[in-house]
Amino acid sequence: MTPAAATLPLVARGVTKRFRRAAGDEVAALKDVSLETHAGALTALVGPDSAGKTTLMRLAAGLVAPDAGELTILGIDVARRPQEVQDRVGYMPQRFGLYEDLSVQENLDLYADLHGVSGRERALRYAELMEMTALGPFRDRLAGRLSGGMKQKLGLACTLVRSPELLLLDEPTVGVDPLSRRELWQIMRRLVDERGLSVLITTSYLDEAERCAHVAVLHDGAVLVQGPPATITREVTGRAFLAVPPEGAKARDLQALLLDAPDIVEAVPQAGRVRLVRANAPETAATQELLAGCTLVPTQARFEDGFMALLKARARERSTVAPRASPQPRGRPPPRAALPEVAISVSDLVRSFGAFIAVDHVSFSVRQGEIFGLLGPNGAGKTTTFRMLCGLLAVSSGSLRVAGVDLRKARASARERIGYVAQKFSLYGQLTVAENLEFFASAYGLRGARKEERLAWAAREFELASFAALPSGQLPGGFKQRLAMATALLHEPDILFLDEPTSGADPLARREFWQRITRLAEEGVTVIVTTHFMEEAEYCDRVLILDAGKVLAEGTPAEIRARAPEDGTHVPTMEDAFVAIVEAGRNGARERGVG
Amino acid sequence: MLEALLRTLALVRKELLAVLKDPRTRVSLFVPPIFQCLIFGYAATYDLSHIPYAVVDEDRSAASRDFLARLDGSRLFSRVADLARTEEIEAAIDTRRVLLVVRIAPDFERRLYARGPANVQIIADGRNSNTAATAQGYITTIVEAFNTEWREAHGLPDPPLRLVTRAWFNPGLETRWNMIPALMGTLTMLQTLLLTAMSVAREREEGTFDQLLVTPLRPSEIMIGKALPSMLVGLTQATAILLVAQLWFRIPFAGSFVTLYAGLGLFLLAAVGIGLLVSSIVATMQQAMLWSFVILMPFTLLSGLTTPIRNMPEVLQAFTLINPLRYAIDIAHRVYLEGATFDELLPQLGPLMLIAAITLPAAAYFFRKRIG
Repeated sequence: MTPAAATLPLVARGVTKRFRRAAGDEVAALKDVSLETHAGALTALVGPDSAGKTTLMRLAAGLVAPDAGELTILGIDVARRPQEVQDRVGYMPQRFGLYEDLSVQENLDLYADLHGVSGRERALRYAELMEMTALGPFRDRLAGRLSGGMKQKLGLACTLVRSPELLLLDEPTVGVDPLSRRELWQIMRRLVDERGLSVLITTSYLDEAERCAHVAVLHDGAVLVQGPPATITREVTGRAFLAVPPEGAKARDLQALLLDAPDIVEAVPQAGRVRLVRANAPETAATQELLAGCTLVPTQARFEDGFMALLKARARERSTVAPRASPQPRGRPPPRAALPEVAISVSDLVRSFGAFIAVDHVSFSVRQGEIFGLLGPNGAGKTTTFRMLCGLLAVSSGSLRVAGVDLRKARASARERIGYVAQKFSLYGQLTVAENLEFFASAYGLRGARKEERLAWAAREFELASFAALPSGQLPGGFKQRLAMATALLHEPDILFLDEPTSGADPLARREFWQRITRLAEEGVTVIVTTHFMEEAEYCDRVLILDAGKVLAEGTPAEIRARAPEDGTHVPTMEDAFVAIVEAGRNGARERGVG
Repeated sequence: MLEALLRTLALVRKELLAVLKDPRTRVSLFVPPIFQCLIFGYAATYDLSHIPYAVVDEDRSAASRDFLARLDGSRLFSRVADLARTEEIEAAIDTRRVLLVVRIAPDFERRLYARGPANVQIIADGRNSNTAATAQGYITTIVEAFNTEWREAHGLPDPPLRLVTRAWFNPGLETRWNMIPALMGTLTMLQTLLLTAMSVAREREEGTFDQLLVTPLRPSEIMIGKALPSMLVGLTQATAILLVAQLWFRIPFAGSFVTLYAGLGLFLLAAVGIGLLVSSIVATMQQAMLWSFVILMPFTLLSGLTTPIRNMPEVLQAFTLINPLRYAIDIAHRVYLEGATFDELLPQLGPLMLIAAITLPAAAYFFRKRIG
């Protein structure tokens, strides 16, 4: 490698950056951050939403200058000589600037031209990048037509076109399915192992952080801890357990309760059990009662356990008010009698776009009060199915019933019974939080006292009150998600459609989100959800795995997990099962294609 | 029914908020029309003044000086050169120093006294035929006046025919009187159509349209909710132009405000119908913008604002029949200057109603079809 690689790729000393929001107030995105990363290694930047991860990335790329402190990239003061840094650094922002109307090859050419990569060097780089990303067969495809995972790979290829010495990747795996995520990681590993590249990556997948040599946990603009992942995991050694709930009890119900217990810092459902991490404090009677009847099995702590313990401790020590009141049941009346037992039924559903069949003879049904997960790689047809169910897209053939009707043909008022949260934030960005809520409340026909009551509920339940006057487009990511949920729930729908609701959300927000979803299901709301976090499928009553528009598997999480290959090293996870099922499905399709 | 009304009102409110919230948008909606109105009022006029001209006075008599004094005293003409020889005329016109040259022959005064017709030659720069014709017209009027006075002074008989012109509705024949009221149609059409076409395209691009479609709002309610705010913006712009016309340019208003606003309302409905039709077909904001301009350009040229429709080739004349702006300009002129009543405007109101009755349902149809 170049001699520069011997110096540390990134050194921050007391870096501070403040921003002025549209509302006029100033927020400190980074406060006195000191940090360093290692050459020829992967460094992960993790932390909750609005911790300052993206700001640090942008500072490192020389796009903004720090207000105070010193930031050295590859030995260069980035505030003084941003251009020199940019010549040697590859930066891939969260929304990479691919030109969707250009083909894969044209995008690559464009970035090669922009970075002045010459003819001969270019040919060599292309061959290498195509081999690495396996995008070769898709050279002529328009970038806009690629799946989410392929887009990210192309973005990475464009960033790598002129061999940077340091790679800055801002959430490269958001919205990417488990298979594509594995592929992206294989590429990154190769870059580090074979080419000695230094990589700084932000992620909300903690298993990804665990794979890095070095981790920095950012919280509220400050560095909480940094070091090898093991230093963070070590903190909770001996405190991680798997609780096996008694016969007939749902793991997610137990988990939801445990999450609010003061002496438990982490609880997630895992393989039909609840993974929990005890606080460094004596057990309370309430927790003892919760865990009565459960078998507790000690388990090896992982990075995520340590991370959650760290953030929980931080949240508790900082908050002057009592910890967030555990969500109280809404006292919702029992579900209306008119709702049929089967909330959603789909049979032989087909949707084609020209010659392309997006949804291919899909059948399933969702019972009332169930949490139903729709899993599948990018481009499997999940969103298309959702859009048909919500009446946004006509079916090519087959039939569907949502709350007993086809929403495309039913009276408009039938839509009052459903709530829909789209994959992309789709509220009015220039309107304030209050204006958005107000509009959707009226659009759903809420008025008078009930409207006031529901608006107050939304502000309280989703802690949106302090943001009421902020344009919703300027909300921090996690709160955008909350606002989207709030608007979808204002009218108390019987059926809730959630398309990748946790994509890009931080681990804390995701736990809070699922706690809310389980509670809604308890109250009789039917929830149908898509996700790329396979461990989240554990919250579902049943899941359906789709690929290339076809159903590959259907069943309870336990039934799906049972289809994972046993390798003897660990209990198979949902993700193992998912990858095995999808790969088997694809191999089968290939064989059929050959035969 | 009440539910539908309340839902639609909520959407109208949201649209107005989205449009008017940003101070920059507010400025861009209401300042340019006033500005453009002032520009049109001062710049876009066929009335000439201070026309630069040169003189070749080969007579140098009392009569020729008297005639030239009339030109100079009219404020319409300003003499920039006295040429000594006819050969200099070419250069003066070619270099655009003067728009026309007045040549008075050596026997001008002699022939006047001899009762024979005396000649004044005008050499005009025909490269701008409009201006040349207007300038010639002014000179004809001055020659006419000279003739009359000369006859009276010298006891000559009146000519057999005398033309007495009186221009109704615009006694001074000022272009401004013609132009400004027409802007109530032209300028509002531009922004209303664009605003409507873009608002749906923006929602589609940002994904908010889906969120709107899963609410109980029906496609027809969404269309009304999109149409009304644009129309309100258009009417406000028209009011701003009306105020400039009356308070600044002092163009007297002859008609009834009720008739004017009814006509403008119907016109804006037709414009919004076209905007919605565009938005129901396009997929992106860029397409919406391009299509809007593709439509707006011919509509403006073929509206009769700058060139009379009667002078256009017949095919284009037929095309103007589907142009709402053509009717809007008619309405604005007739109500503003003539004081036309509702009944008299039926030939204009009818077609507007027809355009709205076709574009709005067509837009609704394409909306539904696209969702499918």
